[in-house]
Amino acid sequence: MIAQDLKSALQETCPGLEERDSLDWPAFNCPVANVTGVLQALRDNHGYDALMDATAIDNGVEASPRFTVVYHVFSSKSFAYVRIAADCEDDENPVAPTATDLFKSANWMERETYDLFGIKYDGHPDMRRILMWDEYPHHPLRKDFPLAGFENEISDPEIAANTGVKVKPAPMAGGPFVAQQSSFESKREPAAKDESWSEKNEKPEK
Amino acid sequence: MATETTDYNVPDSGSKFAAASKDFETEHLEVSMGPSHPSTHGVLRLNLELDGEVVRKCDPVIGYLHRGDEKIAENMTYNQFVPYTDRLDYLAPLASNAAYAMAVEKLANLEVPERCQAIRVVTSELARISAHLLGIGAYTMDVGALTVFMITFEEREKLYTLFEELTGARFTTSYSRIGGVTRDMPDGWMDRVLAFCEQFLPLLDDVEALLTRNRIWFDRTADVGIISKEDAIAYGITGPNARGSGVDVDLRRDVPYCGYEKYDFEVPLGENGDCYDRYAVRMEEMRQSVRIVRQAVAKMPGGSFYAEDAKKIFAPKKEKILTSMEELIQNFMITTEGPDMPAGEVYFEAENPKGAFGFFIVSKGGGVPYRMKIRGPSFNNLSILEKVCLGGMISDVSAILGSLDFVMGECDR
Repeated sequence: MIAQDLKSALQETCPGLEERDSLDWPAFNCPVANVTGVLQALRDNHGYDALMDATAIDNGVEASPRFTVVYHVFSSKSFAYVRIAADCEDDENPVAPTATDLFKSANWMERETYDLFGIKYDGHPDMRRILMWDEYPHHPLRKDFPLAGFENEISDPEIAANTGVKVKPAPMAGGPFVAQQSSFESKREPAAKDESWSEKNEKPEK
Repeated sequence: MATETTDYNVPDSGSKFAAASKDFETEHLEVSMGPSHPSTHGVLRLNLELDGEVVRKCDPVIGYLHRGDEKIAENMTYNQFVPYTDRLDYLAPLASNAAYAMAVEKLANLEVPERCQAIRVVTSELARISAHLLGIGAYTMDVGALTVFMITFEEREKLYTLFEELTGARFTTSYSRIGGVTRDMPDGWMDRVLAFCEQFLPLLDDVEALLTRNRIWFDRTADVGIISKEDAIAYGITGPNARGSGVDVDLRRDVPYCGYEKYDFEVPLGENGDCYDRYAVRMEEMRQSVRIVRQAVAKMPGGSFYAEDAKKIFAPKKEKILTSMEELIQNFMITTEGPDMPAGEVYFEAENPKGAFGFFIVSKGGGVPYRMKIRGPSFNNLSILEKVCLGGMISDVSAILGSLDFVMGECDR
């Protein structure tokens, strides 16, 4: 019942809104351009005042539309959730509008989605990576990203011997704050710049 | 390093030091606090911009403990992921075990027996007490009161002994399975839980006597790090931190799960949303948890501790596997292919010690989730740092961090 009422009310702001299959809470699909409008209508007219979760689904490398952004809003008065999902139009460079103007909590959660899926949020004030380091080239939660990471020509022999996968070491692998200046330089990470020696390469004797 | 006068729009954080140096030409100092800092409780790093001792900018840097748990979950069966939930909220592993199991059971539309629900309530509430004990102990230690830490850690140790007796492990309990728990409670365990509760409440009063009306404690925490009710909702803050700001939401009461509607308890609320209120809410929550534990133990239902009719989800007993062909096949299928799950999407949040601990599971059928998003409450609770630290002293930062009581395991996932 709630789902039907919500659906007809939300269709006034967004005519393309449809119901989405769900096993629990009311869920709706809407065109990606209307996401903020729907979220605003939910917040202002229906009391869904907290954005609990914003994330994305990768529907597979072959699928089109490939990326779906998903939002869960919660009402702190009626204690119910609503799920809003929207398919991103571009499969190569997915873009979604930001919800940071409506919910402050969207800031970090959209940064996380950008970090792990590569979905850019249009109008986001601070579109940086949040969990991975700034120079990291991939988006790990995409389905074409292998669990152990991509194999690489200049792999770390020790990791390759242990795991059988030729992957690069993470930049912090030499110990905290140790980084090779040529290969890794970040303005955000504190790093000892003079690293002619490390745990693995012994200190040269003068 | 920036050399400018401070014509920043510093929000009014309520600190009396906020406007201390408005008339001086001062040089701002960038300080990197953490990731290895005693008051960041793990590997949080704050990039602070200081004007003297006043914080002008705070940029939290997280991700040092990122292990890719969501990616890992897509590559293993539902039951195999249970040990990973220990490492999410590693200060209350029993509660995150139960939250994960309940999320998957919601996907499977599976009702667990009442005894299993009651066991989960008891373990989750004991986990809440243990998490709050650590939170308050470390919080008070950060602002300079060591004695409380000694008391709370001794109590936590007693709880860990109980957990060890129940699950076989003190820390990484992995107690839940989809559709039940690993084993029933040992003989006399409930009596020992009651005995713990009996001696715990007076010690909690001791802690209160040391802190609640302590002038130094009051000065360090009252009117520091104020989070307004509106901000708490807008930033997605949940749990004791939100209730400290007066947000009247407790999922145990408002979206009842796991049979919580059967127990009487009250939800403490703060008024000012400062560090002191968050401390007071946690103290009261521990008392309410004791109350719930006592009720659950008194009314502990009999019966099975796992869903016996869910043959495609919960692995059969070992002695049956070794003697009966059908159970052997069941066990083989559940172990290799995972439990049989319907396709669909569910979102489940449980009221864990740190806040609303959520799982969004997208299933395409079979024993492996297609996508699993984990909502760690600490992630959202920390996102307000960049606002709440502004305009306060740098020594307030430790008080704020302690009062937010975060755990990086679930924040970075």
